[in-house]
Amino acid sequence: MSGLLQTRGLTARYGDFQALFGVDIHLEEGECVAIIGANGAGKTTLMRSISGVLVNAAEQVIFGTDLIGALPADQVMARGIAMVPEGRRLFPSLTVEENLLVGAHGRKTAGPWTLDAIYDLFPILRERRHNPGTALSGGQQQMVAIGRALMSNPRVILCDELSLGLAPVVIRDIYAALPRIRAGGASIIIVEQDIGQALKVADRVYCMMEGRVTLQGRPADLTRAEIHDAYFGANA
Amino acid sequence: MTHTVTTRTRASRLATIAAVLLIAAGLALPAFVDRSMIKDLFFILTMLTLAQYWNLLAGYGGLVSVGQQAFVGLGAYGLFGAAIVWGMDPVLALPLAGLFALAVAIPTAFFAFRLAGAYFAIGTWVVAEVVRLSIAQWKAVGGGTGTSLPRSVQADMTGTDFVGTLFGVRSAAAQDILSYWLALALAVATIGGIYLLLRSKAGLALAAVRDNAEAARAVGVDAGRMKWLVFLAASFGTGLTGALIYLQKGRISPEAAFSVTDWTAYVIFITVIGGIGTIEGPIIGILVFFVLQTLFADYGSTYLLALGMIGILVMLFAPRGIWGAITDRTGLQFFPIRRRLQKTPRPEP
Amino acid sequence: MNWLDTILQGILLGGLYALFAAGLALVFGIMRLVNLAHGDLIVLGAYLVMYLVGALGINPVLAALFAAPLMFALGWAIQRLVLNRVLGPDILPPLLVTFGLSIVIQNGLQMGFTADSRRISAGPLETASVDLGFVTLGVMPLLTFASAIAVILVLNWIFYHTAMGRAFRATSDDPVTASLMGIRPKAIFAQATGLAMVVVTVAALYLGMRANFDPTIGPARLIYAFEAVIIGGLGSLWGTLAGGIIIGVAQTFGAAVNPEWQILSGHIAFLAVLLVRPRGLFPRAFD
Repeated sequence: MSGLLQTRGLTARYGDFQALFGVDIHLEEGECVAIIGANGAGKTTLMRSISGVLVNAAEQVIFGTDLIGALPADQVMARGIAMVPEGRRLFPSLTVEENLLVGAHGRKTAGPWTLDAIYDLFPILRERRHNPGTALSGGQQQMVAIGRALMSNPRVILCDELSLGLAPVVIRDIYAALPRIRAGGASIIIVEQDIGQALKVADRVYCMMEGRVTLQGRPADLTRAEIHDAYFGANA
Repeated sequence: MTHTVTTRTRASRLATIAAVLLIAAGLALPAFVDRSMIKDLFFILTMLTLAQYWNLLAGYGGLVSVGQQAFVGLGAYGLFGAAIVWGMDPVLALPLAGLFALAVAIPTAFFAFRLAGAYFAIGTWVVAEVVRLSIAQWKAVGGGTGTSLPRSVQADMTGTDFVGTLFGVRSAAAQDILSYWLALALAVATIGGIYLLLRSKAGLALAAVRDNAEAARAVGVDAGRMKWLVFLAASFGTGLTGALIYLQKGRISPEAAFSVTDWTAYVIFITVIGGIGTIEGPIIGILVFFVLQTLFADYGSTYLLALGMIGILVMLFAPRGIWGAITDRTGLQFFPIRRRLQKTPRPEP
Repeated sequence: MNWLDTILQGILLGGLYALFAAGLALVFGIMRLVNLAHGDLIVLGAYLVMYLVGALGINPVLAALFAAPLMFALGWAIQRLVLNRVLGPDILPPLLVTFGLSIVIQNGLQMGFTADSRRISAGPLETASVDLGFVTLGVMPLLTFASAIAVILVLNWIFYHTAMGRAFRATSDDPVTASLMGIRPKAIFAQATGLAMVVVTVAALYLGMRANFDPTIGPARLIYAFEAVIIGGLGSLWGTLAGGIIIGVAQTFGAAVNPEWQILSGHIAFLAVLLVRPRGLFPRAFD
């Protein structure tokens, strides 16, 4: 199987607790893939495993031709996979601009994303650049978190629960940035609980339940009933 | 089949029998061995007791204190004060000395508990310094230079005559035997008391607090009260032990009675090397420490440097100590406090 | 007692305690590690400076310049080889390891340099003083205080105006998210401890020039440093300086009443602040 990034038989565990049971997903160059599923389906665990926060067997995550499953987060990031973590997690003692700059800490390659490019993408951040990151609204914080990930000019950007806790109008603004991020050359994996939103932006969708992929395909090819069963279980 | 909760193991039943035999042998021992051996055993028993109390604090209570020398010194000075100033019989003054340490432990806890986590450790050290500097101002017990217990006080100690007649020895030897018996009683009471505490409901609460203070609070365990209980119990016991140690030494000075090396560094070493968070750990630890002390103490700095190195290496590579390594391999437990489910045959109707 | 003189001497003494404390605060701020060997590392630094003065025949300040990179390397190595292995949610292992380190350093120094007390000779500087008319101040205490302010200014500049400082603060806030930014928390910790050891070298220089030292005095310096940090409240290094000044003034006042009470008065001032302001005078906004 080809692809930019893939997981093969990923079995992540937290100590004795197994959270993923042989998850196979893949992402092609230039693609946007959405992972959907209920709370506890294993979506965030999957993101943490790919990004290196959770360390697995080397051959369970493959980037290009490299086996990266066992690498720690900083090395995964240095290879070009950036993450927008769940809950945004801005650094409270850093200003907006410092939060963005720290995103470029591990940057090895040049690319389209600079401080100015981020400010063009989210103009409000330019105004708030010297505020502490945590003084911003939830939506603005999400913009900082996305900008921070982009600052490293990643080849892959992982977005965990972009719309969590945000108002619909704010979610629309955030998602409006996705095409420009793709145009900048990054491939995207988004984790989303909002199925409608995910189907709208993604080229392909994976649905997860209880640590397994239960359904995958192009949004146009999936029926509501299929998704409902894959999301809640066939007997629900 | 039904299930019952038990903490007992077969080893623990054997250990109970062995312990009773050991105590009996310990009591009779002075009839068979010479005075220097009695002194060695006194050293072993008192250091073991101090280590058990430190282990109760740090290993079970999560309260890492590096200021336990405060309570050793307070107990010791309490005893000297009662004997010299009030002319009390030192043996009878022992519990009073423990209470003296306890009395200072209450304000100490009040201050030290305001310091979270790692800062608690240095906080206890500050208090120990304050206590040392204050006691050095107490002129009646020799101020900064220290003093000795008057000979008459020592010779008239309760029980000396009895022991002297029993074993046919002179007063000085009788005092050593008496101190040894008291140390034996204190060590047995300490180990027994800690064991019972840990097996009780309070012990369960303590384990819960150590593992996860938040979760423990959520199920109704009062973490603050457990910390107080453990800290005060350890202070009283440490004070009592300190008093007994200096009753046997007969001479005291602030430098010695509040020594970080003697009463905290050694005690931590004993606990860490043996296995922190277990009752068996300090018992193994004191045996190892005694051997090292006997063979190498004359090397002074080199010896202490080596002890420090060993302590660091143990924390790095075997943080559960010797006893931890033994239980990992054999599952042996002499003082089981872990609760296990056990299948029991359903009784016939 | 000359009140003004006593207060000024106390403030200047506070500069020395702030120098002791800055490294401790730095390390605690970034990795929540309380290094019980901090005082002994200061003493080790003093011996290193003294040794370089003797071996190279240079003046103490130059010797401290040579000692600083060595101390940085030592701090970096201790963090890399020992402390990084024990850092974690359990506070017990790092405390016990640094306590062990304290014993190792004290006895190592005892073996290398004997228990005799030593001093770094600073020549005429030791007794030089400035007469301000209403009060006379020693040049050495003034230099110490000025150095404390300089150290705090430099550290603040590093924290707030360099990429390294940004990475320090990010790691201090949230090491896991920092690692998602390509920061290696363990490498940051090693750099921070190295930097703290450079500050320790400055503290060591003044410790050694101002008074006699021997291998056993480390723990007392740790305690002064700790008191200054707690009184300051972990919010900023300026708070730590304020903490050092409070300890210093309390000590000089205690000593003015009765020389035996100098140290005790400092400790009592600390306990009093702890009683009234458990989180210190300038607490951190978030934790």
